[in-house]
Amino acid sequence: MAKASSPKKMSSMRKSEALMGYLFIAPWLIGFLVFVAGPMIFSLYSSFTNYDGAFTMDWVGLSNYRRLFTTDQYFMISLKNTLYFAVFAVPIGVAVGVVSAVLLNQDIPFQRFFRTVFYLPKILTGVAVILLWMWVFNPQAGIVNTFLRFIGVDNPPLWFAAPEWSKPALIIMSAWGAAGGMLVYLAGLQGIPKQLYEAAEIDGATGARQFFKITLPLLSPTIFFKLVTGINGALQYWSTALIVSDGGNGGPSYSTLFYGLRMWKVAFTESRMGYASAMAWVLLFMTLIVTAIQFYVSNKWVYYEGERR
Amino acid sequence: MASVNMDHSELTRSRRAKTLRTWLWKGFVVLLLLAISAFIVFPVLWMLSTSLKANEQVMVYPPVWIPKPLVWANYAKAWTVVPFTRYTINTALYAFAVVIGTILSNSLAAYGFARLRFPGKNVLFMILLSTMMIPGMVTMIPQYVLYAKLGWVGTYLPLIVPSFFASAFFTFMLRQFFLGLPEELMEAARIDGANEGWIWWKIAMPLSKPALATVAIWSFEGAWNDYVGPVLYLTDEKLYTLQIGLALFRSQSDIYWQYIMAASVVVMIPVVVIYAVFQDYFVEGAAVSGIKG
Repeated sequence: MAKASSPKKMSSMRKSEALMGYLFIAPWLIGFLVFVAGPMIFSLYSSFTNYDGAFTMDWVGLSNYRRLFTTDQYFMISLKNTLYFAVFAVPIGVAVGVVSAVLLNQDIPFQRFFRTVFYLPKILTGVAVILLWMWVFNPQAGIVNTFLRFIGVDNPPLWFAAPEWSKPALIIMSAWGAAGGMLVYLAGLQGIPKQLYEAAEIDGATGARQFFKITLPLLSPTIFFKLVTGINGALQYWSTALIVSDGGNGGPSYSTLFYGLRMWKVAFTESRMGYASAMAWVLLFMTLIVTAIQFYVSNKWVYYEGERR
Repeated sequence: MASVNMDHSELTRSRRAKTLRTWLWKGFVVLLLLAISAFIVFPVLWMLSTSLKANEQVMVYPPVWIPKPLVWANYAKAWTVVPFTRYTINTALYAFAVVIGTILSNSLAAYGFARLRFPGKNVLFMILLSTMMIPGMVTMIPQYVLYAKLGWVGTYLPLIVPSFFASAFFTFMLRQFFLGLPEELMEAARIDGANEGWIWWKIAMPLSKPALATVAIWSFEGAWNDYVGPVLYLTDEKLYTLQIGLALFRSQSDIYWQYIMAASVVVMIPVVVIYAVFQDYFVEGAAVSGIKG
C-alpha cells in the first residue's frame, strides 16, 4: 500500500499532490492576479495621476484626494446621499428580515404559501423590477398615490420626481426586497434548540421575554453577518439610480447622485480615470473602517454559542 | 407546579384559556403575514394588471384591477417595437456561457482548496476571503482600462471571460460543500489509481448537485439581470442584452406603461421559472452553504 512505502516515495507523492493543488486553484489564482491584484495596483497608482483613460498620465501627488475633500461639492453630495440611504435601508432591511422570519417560523396554517410569497422579491430582480417600482410610484396614476388620494391625502409625494422623496422611494423599494432576506434568519431560528423555549415556558417567561432573551441573542451572529454585508452593499448602492434618474444624471436635484453613480460619471462620462480611482480608494478605506468598527463593537452584542465570556 | 393543587374544573379552565391564547396568537400572526404578503404582492399584481390594459384604462381613477377587455396584444406589440427577440438570444447565450465558466472554474478551485494539500494553501485562502471585502467599483475602472487595451470593449469578452476565472464567493461556497463529502470514497478511488481530475469530475461533482445547482441559478440570474456590465462594454446595438433593451424601451416610450410592464413581465419570467424548477435543489444547496438568502 502507498501509506507503507518509503519516505522518499511519500515525499514525491506529496509533491505531486501539491502540484495538482496548484493546478486546481490556478483558475482562481490567475484570475486574482489578472483581474483583481494587477488592476488594484494600477488603480492605486493612477489615483495619484491625472489619467484620462488615453494618453495623459502625469503624477499629481495627493491633489486628487485633496480636491475630493475640499472643493468637490458633488463628492460631498454623493457621500451624503449614500449615507442617507445606508442609515435607513440597512436597519429597516434587518428588521423586516428578522420579523418576517420569526412570523414564518410559527406553527401556522399556509406556512409554505407564505414562505413562497415572502421569497418572491428575491426572485423578481433586474431592470424590470425597477421599472415596476417607477410605475408603482408614478405621481399621477401609480398605485401608491392612488391609494394616498383615496385615504384623503390631497397632494401625495411626487416620489422619483421630487428631491425630498426620491430616496425614501428607493428605501421602500429595498425594504420590499429585504423580505426575501428572511431565509437566512429562518435557518438561524431553526438552529435554536427547542428545549430552551420549553425551559423558559416552564419558568413562566412571556413570549416577548423569550424573544428578547433567547431568540435575539442566539440570532445575533446571523444579524451581525447581515449587517456587515448589508452596510457594505449600501455603500456600493448606485446602479438602481442609473435607471431611476433619467440617463443616470442623479436627479432630481442630485438627490439620487450616489457615490457609485458619481464615480461612474467621473470615470466613463468625463474620462477622469485618475480622479475616479481616488474616489474608489476612498470608498475602499471607508468600507474597511466601517467593517473594522462593526467587528470591534460586535464583541459587545454578538453572542456565540460555546464561547466563554 | 401550581396545577397540582387545582381541582378538575380549574385545570380544564386554565387549559382552555391557554388554547384560546394560542389561537389568538396564531390568528394575529396570520393576519400580520397576510398584511405583509399584500405589501409584497400588490406591486406585482399592479404590474400584471397594467400589462393587460387598453390605453384608456392605464391612467384612469379609480384604478381598474381587472382590465376589460384583457389586451393580450400589448405583449406582442411591446415585443416588436424593440428587437427583443434578438436581445433574448444575446442574453441567453451570454448567461449560458457565464454559467458554464462559473461552474467549471469555481468547482476546480474549490476542490483544490477543500481536498488537496499544498504549501501556502492557508495564506492563499485568506487572500481569497479578503478579496470578498473589495468593492466591485474599485476594480471596475482598471478592468475597463485593461479590456480597452486588449481591444475587448464592444464585445462580450469582458462580460464572459472573467467568469472562467473563479470568484471568491462561489469558490468559498463550493469549498464548504466539498469539505463535507466523505473522504473514504475519494481515498478508495486514489488507491485504485484514479488521479485527482477524475475524482473531481466523477466523484465530487456528481455528489454536489445541490450546491452546483445553486451556483448555476445565482450565476445565471447575475448574468441575466446584469445591467451595468453590458451598458459599459457593449456599444453595438445588435449585441444589446434584454436589460439594456428594457431600459431603452422605458426612456423611449415613457407614457405607454402597459407596453413597458408587458416587456418587464416577459423579461422576468425565465428567472422565475428556473427558481421554480430547481427549487428543491436550490433550498438544499442554500441551506448547506448558508451564505445568501
